[in-house]
Amino acid sequence: MSQQNEVLVDPIFNNNPIALQVLGICSALAVTISMSQTLVMCAAVIFVTTLSNLAVSLVRNRIPTNIRIIVQMTIIASLVIVVDQVLQAVAYDISKSLSVFVGLIITNCIVMGRAEAFAMQNGPYLSALDGFGNALGYSLILIGVAIIREPLGAGTLMGYEILPTVSNGGWYYSNGLLLLSPSAFFIIGFFIWAIRSWKKDQVEEPEYEIADNVQYREAM
Amino acid sequence: MANFDKDSLSNTFIVALAVCLFCSIIVSGVAVALKPIQQANKELDQKQNILRAAGMLAEGSSVASDGRTVDEMFAEFTVRVVDLESGDFLDDVDASSLDPIKVAKDPGRSIALTAEQDIATLRRRENISLVYIKTVDEQLDKLVLPVRGYGLWGTLFGYLALDADLKTVSGLGFYSHKETPGLGGEVDNPSWKELWPGVQLFDRAGDPGVRIVKRRSTAGNEMAAREVDALSGATFTTRGVQNLINFWIGDLGFGPTLQKLKLANG
Repeated sequence: MSQQNEVLVDPIFNNNPIALQVLGICSALAVTISMSQTLVMCAAVIFVTTLSNLAVSLVRNRIPTNIRIIVQMTIIASLVIVVDQVLQAVAYDISKSLSVFVGLIITNCIVMGRAEAFAMQNGPYLSALDGFGNALGYSLILIGVAIIREPLGAGTLMGYEILPTVSNGGWYYSNGLLLLSPSAFFIIGFFIWAIRSWKKDQVEEPEYEIADNVQYREAM
Repeated sequence: MANFDKDSLSNTFIVALAVCLFCSIIVSGVAVALKPIQQANKELDQKQNILRAAGMLAEGSSVASDGRTVDEMFAEFTVRVVDLESGDFLDDVDASSLDPIKVAKDPGRSIALTAEQDIATLRRRENISLVYIKTVDEQLDKLVLPVRGYGLWGTLFGYLALDADLKTVSGLGFYSHKETPGLGGEVDNPSWKELWPGVQLFDRAGDPGVRIVKRRSTAGNEMAAREVDALSGATFTTRGVQNLINFWIGDLGFGPTLQKLKLANG
């Protein structure tokens, strides 16, 4: 039981794929401009990561070592196409703006990373939980970024106005920077800072130490 | 399976084949099963774009203010196939399966444009296209034309709606473009689109004369009626919009069609 909990809950704060491993940043920048897009993207990643981990784990003992990456890739790509097709059928408006990024889930390092690092060594049940947990960790950060970006950038949340913008006759001067991708870098940076201040063991060792200033005794 | 060797050549081939087969069945199964729904979505989306250009449907909403659905409103429109060269309606061509953008890529059913003719940078123009006509009491009320042309980063695709006199803009909307968000992307801005209804399309000589300008001519000047404020920071996009409108209402676009319709409607 404890192992299941660990596999599911660990990636949310202790080993978050975005905040600690710094994977999957590309889509975190691209889709967090609006909350509804973000939620659909999160659901898609949860679906793909969970099922790809499950599928890879089921056939892990048969996958030849030299083509294992291609096999994982094929499974992931198929799942992503399925998600994209379903989105085009049930949520056409969202899929129009999200289609490119849904396609890019194939190259999302989190999906591939979990298949290779976890599902190849563990049973199907644990692997599925691990995929689900990692996708939850990813989703948590994305939703956090979107909660900051959409209201401050466009004055809305889920399309509903919460800060009436000046252009709509309100008082809020919307911050255009938050509609552009670089703002997500800042926000994710602040998240990483917050998480590492809370969980000090995530702080990485500095790669080198700055030496003390040399003092010339004779000159003093 | 004590002596099972997963790295053997035969197992490599078997696994590769099995994975490919399995995945392709799933992918093609889903694609085929969902195709009708996706097609319906695309058609609904196109109808919404046409209704938005004609000012009958608000941005981001899928139901009219009076509660009518998209299909009910779109039923007021007749879709006609036109021969762009002569301006005649063709009744023997099925409008529902005609895609003008695809026709433009077919050398047998399109013409190449010379650099001088090609102000909207289309390279080829289809010979037959579609128009959407809304009639009220047998009288033409609105005409919606599919238009496209090059902006800064790519082609803008949209619909231009004309009033009953066939020389006044009723609305303009783009459903697909690649312009920079915040600059050229502002072609989607509702307050810019509001500037379009009422703009005159033709100058005194009857030539296409829409102008997108930095400073509008003073009121009373003949040019003022066919001028629209440009979008700041989007010179190439606005120039593209101006060119594509003037191309599609011109002799190589729907010009002959408009002439015939004007005659028919007295």
